[in-house]
Amino acid sequence: MTTLEVRRITKVYNVRGAGQLTALDDISFTLNSGQTIGLVGQSGSGKSTIAKILTQLEKPTRGEVLLDGSPIPRRGRGLRSYRQQLRMVFQDPFASLNPYHSIRYHLERPLRLDDVVPAAEIDAEVRRLLEKVRLDPDAVIDRRPHELSGGQRQRIAIARALASRPQILVADEPVSMLDVSIRLGVLNLLADLQREEGLGVLYITHDLATARHFSDEIIVLNQGRIVEHGTADDVILRPQDPYTQELRAASPDPERFFATTTGGAR
Amino acid sequence: MTAVEPQLPTFEDEGSADAVVAGTTATRAVAGRSRIPWRFLGGRAAFYVFTLWAALTINFFLPRLMKGDAVTQYLARNRDISPEAADALRALLGLDTDKSLWQQYLDYWGMLLHGDLGVSLLHGLRPVTEVIGQALPWTVGLVGLATIISFAIGTIGGAFIGWRRGSKLDVFIPVTTFLSTIPYFWLGLLAIAVFSVNLKWFPIGKAYGVGMTPGWNLDFIGQVIHHGTLPLLTIVIASLGGWMLGMRNMMLTVLDEDYITVAQAKGMPSRRVLWGYAARNAVLPQIQSFALSIGFIVGGTIVMEMVFSYPGVGKLLLDATNAKDYALMQGVFLVITLSVLVANILADIAYAFLDPRTRQTEA
Amino acid sequence: MPDPLLSVRDFSVVYDVDPPVAAVKNVSLELERGEILGLAGESGCGKTTLAYGIQRLLKAPAVITGGSVLFHDAEAGDIDVNALGAEQMRRFRWDKVSMVFQGAMNALNPVATVGSQLEDVFEVHRPDMGRRQRRAAAAELLEIVKVGEQRARSYPHELSGGMRQRVMIAMALALRPQLMVMDEPTTALDVLVQREILRQISQLREEFGFSVIFITHDLPLLLEISDRIAIMREGEIVEVASAERIWNAPQDEYTRTLLTSFPRLTGEKGVLAR
Repeated sequence: MTTLEVRRITKVYNVRGAGQLTALDDISFTLNSGQTIGLVGQSGSGKSTIAKILTQLEKPTRGEVLLDGSPIPRRGRGLRSYRQQLRMVFQDPFASLNPYHSIRYHLERPLRLDDVVPAAEIDAEVRRLLEKVRLDPDAVIDRRPHELSGGQRQRIAIARALASRPQILVADEPVSMLDVSIRLGVLNLLADLQREEGLGVLYITHDLATARHFSDEIIVLNQGRIVEHGTADDVILRPQDPYTQELRAASPDPERFFATTTGGAR
Repeated sequence: MTAVEPQLPTFEDEGSADAVVAGTTATRAVAGRSRIPWRFLGGRAAFYVFTLWAALTINFFLPRLMKGDAVTQYLARNRDISPEAADALRALLGLDTDKSLWQQYLDYWGMLLHGDLGVSLLHGLRPVTEVIGQALPWTVGLVGLATIISFAIGTIGGAFIGWRRGSKLDVFIPVTTFLSTIPYFWLGLLAIAVFSVNLKWFPIGKAYGVGMTPGWNLDFIGQVIHHGTLPLLTIVIASLGGWMLGMRNMMLTVLDEDYITVAQAKGMPSRRVLWGYAARNAVLPQIQSFALSIGFIVGGTIVMEMVFSYPGVGKLLLDATNAKDYALMQGVFLVITLSVLVANILADIAYAFLDPRTRQTEA
Repeated sequence: MPDPLLSVRDFSVVYDVDPPVAAVKNVSLELERGEILGLAGESGCGKTTLAYGIQRLLKAPAVITGGSVLFHDAEAGDIDVNALGAEQMRRFRWDKVSMVFQGAMNALNPVATVGSQLEDVFEVHRPDMGRRQRRAAAAELLEIVKVGEQRARSYPHELSGGMRQRVMIAMALALRPQLMVMDEPTTALDVLVQREILRQISQLREEFGFSVIFITHDLPLLLEISDRIAIMREGEIVEVASAERIWNAPQDEYTRTLLTSFPRLTGEKGVLAR
C-alpha cells in the first residue's frame, strides 16, 4: 500500500508587469493505492499545476509532497526512484509519443532505463504491457504512432506509464482529445488497470460526469482552492459548496432534464 | 474538451459566480489609445542604449587589434600633417600608447561626441566624416530606393500570387528566384553589355557624367537618374525573388487560418479579404525583414559599385581596407553599426505598430 | 403546420483526393423556421462538411457532387443556393444565413479591432449606412450579447474565450439572419461559460426568431437545447428525431452507441442510455 500525500501546497507565479498570481492555495489531500480521486476544475483552476508539481515539472512555493511519509528527494537516486513510482498520462495522444520511433521503442525505453526486467525479458515484457492495455502486440509493436488511432495511442501512453510498475498514476485529461465513442473504453481500461495493479489514480478533468463515474472521491478546485472534497456521490448529488452546485447545474444532464421538464422550456 | 487558453496564469474571473452573472470579464490589459507602444519601446530602450555602447566600444578596439604599421609609416613619411591632426589620428587609432588605455577610451568618446572621426589617409587627410558624407547619399539613395521598390513589387506581387494559389501566376516565383541566384556581377555586366554598350540607352557607369559638378539643377538630376537606372534595375531584379517568395509563403499560411474563412462567410468581397484580412496579417514578418534590410543598405553593395563604378560607401570601404586607411574603415564601420541599430529599432516600432498583440507582451 | 426554412435534398460532397473520400452521402434534411436542430456525430462524420456545404463555404478539394439546397426566404421566396452566382452568393451570405465558428484563437482577425470587424459587415452589406450608424449598430450588438460597447476598440487577443465567442455571436446576428449555423461554439469553453452562452443563444432566438443548426459532438448538450437532433455517421444521417425521442427511444444502433458513450451525471451510476 502506497500513500501519496499532498500537504498544504501553494504555488505562486510572478507575472511580469502584473504582480502575482496564486495558482494553488493551500491544497491538501491524500491518495492511497487502490483508490481513484477525481480532481475536477475548469480552466484556471490550477488542476494542471497540480499535475506539474506532482511530476516535478514545477516546484511548489510552499508545502510539500510526501510519498509514503517521506518528502520527494530533490535529485539523485531518490528522485529517480520517485519518478518510477509516479507516472503521468498526458492529454494529447498526438503530442506525447515521438513520431519517429516505433511502439516497441517507446515501451522498451522505460524498461531499460529503470531496469525493470533483465535484458533478455524485455521483449516479453513489452508484449505483456500491450496486452494489458488490450492491444494486440503483433499488430502494433512495430508501428509508428501516426499509423495508429487516437484511442490506440492513448493506450500506448498508458502502457508506457505502467512500464516502470508505478504505484501512482496521474491522468491529466486523458480522454478529452479522443473521439466520443472511444472515451469510455479508455476510461474503463484505466479503471480495470487500477483494480488489477492496485494503483492509486489521480484523474484530472473538467468533466463532472466522467469524474463521478470513475472516482471514489472527488475534489473540486476553484481558482486554486479546494472548495469541496468528498465521495463521488456526495459531491455530485449533494454538493455543499455554491461553486460545485453551479458546476453541477451547468453541466448537461439529460436524465434530470427530461425528468423535470416537459421538453418545452429550455 | 478543455479550453484552449494558454496554461500560463490568466486574469479571468470566469470561474466565480459573480462573473457568470455579470458577464465574463476580459484579460486585464486595457485597450491602448496610442498605437505607438511607448511602454514596449521604453523597455527596449535600455537594450538599445547598451547595444550602442557595446558597438562603439568594439569599434574603439578594432584598430588596436590591427597592426598600426601603415599609419606609423605614413606619419613618418608625411611631416606636413598638422600636429593636431596627427594627435587626433593617434588617439583614434590607439597609437598614443603613452596614455593609459582608459584615457585613450575617454579621448575616443570625446572625439565621437564632437563628431570627429579623424582624417582619411587615402583621401588627402580630409575629415572622415566629410569623405563618408560624400559617398553615403549615393549608396543610401540608390540602394535604398532599389530596396523599397523591390520590397513593394515583391510584397504586393507575392500577396497576389499567394491569393491565386495554383494559378498561372505561380510561375513568377521560380522565375524571380532564378534571377536572384544569378551572380550579381554577371547580371550587372550583362546589363551594361546589352543596354549600355550595344543599345547605348544608358551610360556605362558612374553616378553622373564626367566633369559635371553636383548641384540641384534639372540637368544634374537628370544625369543622376540616367546613370542610376541600370544599377537600380539590376538590384531590383536580383532581390525581387526573395520578397516575393517570402510574402507568398506567408500568404499561404495565413489563408489557412480560420478568420479568412470567417471573412468569406461574412460575404466580404474578395479584394477586401485579400488586402484587409490576409495581406495585412501576412505582411508582418515582411516588414521586419524590410526594416532589417535597411540596415544593410548602408553597407552598400560593393559588387554593384564596382561594376558600375558607383561612388558609394561600399567602394569606399574596399579602398580603405586595401590602403589600410584605418580611420576611414573605423568611420565606415561606425556608420554601418549605427544604421543597423537604427534599423532594428525601426523594425521593432513597425512591428509593434502593426501587430497589436506585441504591444501587450514585454520584451 | 410545417414551415420549412431550409430544404436539403440528396446533398453529396466528395473530397477530390486520391482515393476520393465521400464526406457527405445523399443527405436530405428539412429545417423548420425557428427551430434548433442539433447535428451530432464524431469527428469525420461529415457534420461540418454538410454545414459548410449548404452555405457553399467549402474549399478545394471538397466538391459538391449532387443534391439541392433550397432556402425558403421569408420575403423573397425560394432561393436555390447552389444556383446563385458569385455576387448573389456574396450578398446571400450573412444576410440570410450566418455562421458562428469556434471562437478560439483564430476566428477573429488578430490585427483589427472587434468593433471594426462588426462594422465591416455593415459596410459591405448595408452600403447606405453612414459611419456613425455603423458604429452605433456595432455598439448595439455588443450590448445585446453583453460584451459591452466599450469593448469595440479592443483587439481579439485582449478578450477572454467567452467574450470572443459572444463577439462571434454578435457578428452573426448583425444582419438579423434567418438561420445561424453554429459549429462547436462552446466546445473550447468552460462549462459555466458554456451554459451562459447557450442561455444567451436561446434568448436571442426567442427575440429574433432565427433557426439554428447546432453542430457538436456533445450529445447530452444537444439533448437539452435542441428541438430535433440529427445523428450523422460516415457522411449519412442515421437518425433524425425530436430530442425527447432520441433520448427515450433511439431507433438506430449507432445512436444508442453514442448515447452510451456519455456517463450519467446524476441518477444511477452507469452509462447515459437506458
